[in-house]
Amino acid sequence: MEDQIYQLQYAIDTFYYLVCGALVMWMAAGFAMLESGLVRAKNTTEILTKNIALFAVACIMYMVCGYALMYGGTVFLTGIEGGETLVADALASKVEEGFEGGAVYSGASDFFFQVVFVATCMSIVSGAVAERMKLLAFLAFAVVMTGVIYPMEGSWTWGGNAVFGMYTLGDLGFSDFAGSGIVHLAGASAALAGVLLLGPRKGKYAADGSVKAIPGCNLPMATLGTFILWMGWFGFNGGSVLKLADVSSANAVAVVFMNTNAAACGGLVAALFLARAMFGKFDLTMALNGALAGLVAITAEPSTPTALEATLFGALGGLLVVSSIVFMDKIKIDDPVGAISVHGSCGLLGLLLVPITNDGVSFSGQIIGALTIFVWVFVTSLILWSILKAVIGIRVSEEEEATGCDVSECGLEAYPEFTK
Amino acid sequence: MKLVTAIIKPFKLDDAREALSEIGVQGITVTEVKGFGRQKGHTELYRGAEYVVDFLPKVKIEVAIGDDLLDQTLEAITKAANTGKIGDGKIFVTDLLQVIRIRTGETGEEAV
Repeated sequence: MEDQIYQLQYAIDTFYYLVCGALVMWMAAGFAMLESGLVRAKNTTEILTKNIALFAVACIMYMVCGYALMYGGTVFLTGIEGGETLVADALASKVEEGFEGGAVYSGASDFFFQVVFVATCMSIVSGAVAERMKLLAFLAFAVVMTGVIYPMEGSWTWGGNAVFGMYTLGDLGFSDFAGSGIVHLAGASAALAGVLLLGPRKGKYAADGSVKAIPGCNLPMATLGTFILWMGWFGFNGGSVLKLADVSSANAVAVVFMNTNAAACGGLVAALFLARAMFGKFDLTMALNGALAGLVAITAEPSTPTALEATLFGALGGLLVVSSIVFMDKIKIDDPVGAISVHGSCGLLGLLLVPITNDGVSFSGQIIGALTIFVWVFVTSLILWSILKAVIGIRVSEEEEATGCDVSECGLEAYPEFTK
Repeated sequence: MKLVTAIIKPFKLDDAREALSEIGVQGITVTEVKGFGRQKGHTELYRGAEYVVDFLPKVKIEVAIGDDLLDQTLEAITKAANTGKIGDGKIFVTDLLQVIRIRTGETGEEAV
């Protein structure tokens, strides 16, 4: 009877993990819609191609070597399906952990849940470099980012390994529940390195230093994308509890869902009204970024804050993201969708907020962790982007940029029946 | 015969069409157009940065009429399209040399 209950728990936890993974997979659709809504119509096909291709590249590279680098194990996931002793091994782990102990679930479900996070991290990069980067250069970057750069920092954080044998982040009091730093800050760091080498879109900054708006072509699409990301985030944070099938885990999952939602709401309202105060108008795109900022800010620790604290943390994210976007434009870092602000600035904020509600985590540990992630990803990305720039070039020609990447990169317009 | 070309605000199109039917205008041609007048477009705001919309969307109505209907037509359009605010548009009147109904071959006032 006990064995059967353990088997059932294993099945439920695995199922929960898979469903959460599928929700996170759906975030790729959210990024695709958000980004295609915030670029100009002439770059829509290209950004959609980029988003769906990067998802596939990320999954393949993480299968080839990423997962092995991050969590140990074998390349190509050899043996992940479990051998002849699968049931006996799983039951032995269950007995050891106890009914309310740590999570025990299928190895393949673990891979599936982890791989969609890699894709999310890579999606962050695509928005920031939109409308001017060569598709081939981006995909080449994606290969290394998802196969090596992300898995390395993942192995130092969630993987628990020492950073080049020097120090172990977990021992320093570092904690990142679902990846404010590991996924979001990392993606933003790679994006920042790319944008610095890529330069702004033509026409974004005038010679006199003023900022020219380049309005997105489809705000309903951007809004739908944000809703999809918001929904996917329940899998992102909720799944990161890793376990569902006992009372305390189920409660933890419910709290995480509640707080994740609360933070998005806080972020949206704060960004909407800050934009209203700063610009005199309710700026929808800022509100969308605000919701995502709240989500990123709560991702480092959605399980310990109260609902009110989560809302306030989200609101801090919302305030930060608007200021950060305006600041980025001041220093001429052109980020069409605000990805560096949403995922970088607010990812850092999320890490720094953890010690407020989680006693087991220290500010110094969070700062060292954030620095480790940022320096590693930023420096390796900068080197990689530089190599790509020297070898194949990372930016489309001026004429191609004016025509739009749809025609120059994909030979296909997104809306061929629209007259211009 | 006269050709009346009116540039009006798009949301006033239905009112103008109704007013013209009421006075017995038999047909009109409508085109979506863009342009600017004395105000030179307007500014919009996106993510904190202003940008200028140089050309505003308008609707162009073309009405071919006999001379007797001219004053009524002008009055109908002016009344229907007036909001009293900047950007209500303009009406141009030109002489019409010839009109031909393609199906029957009728010409002149009969074809209007």
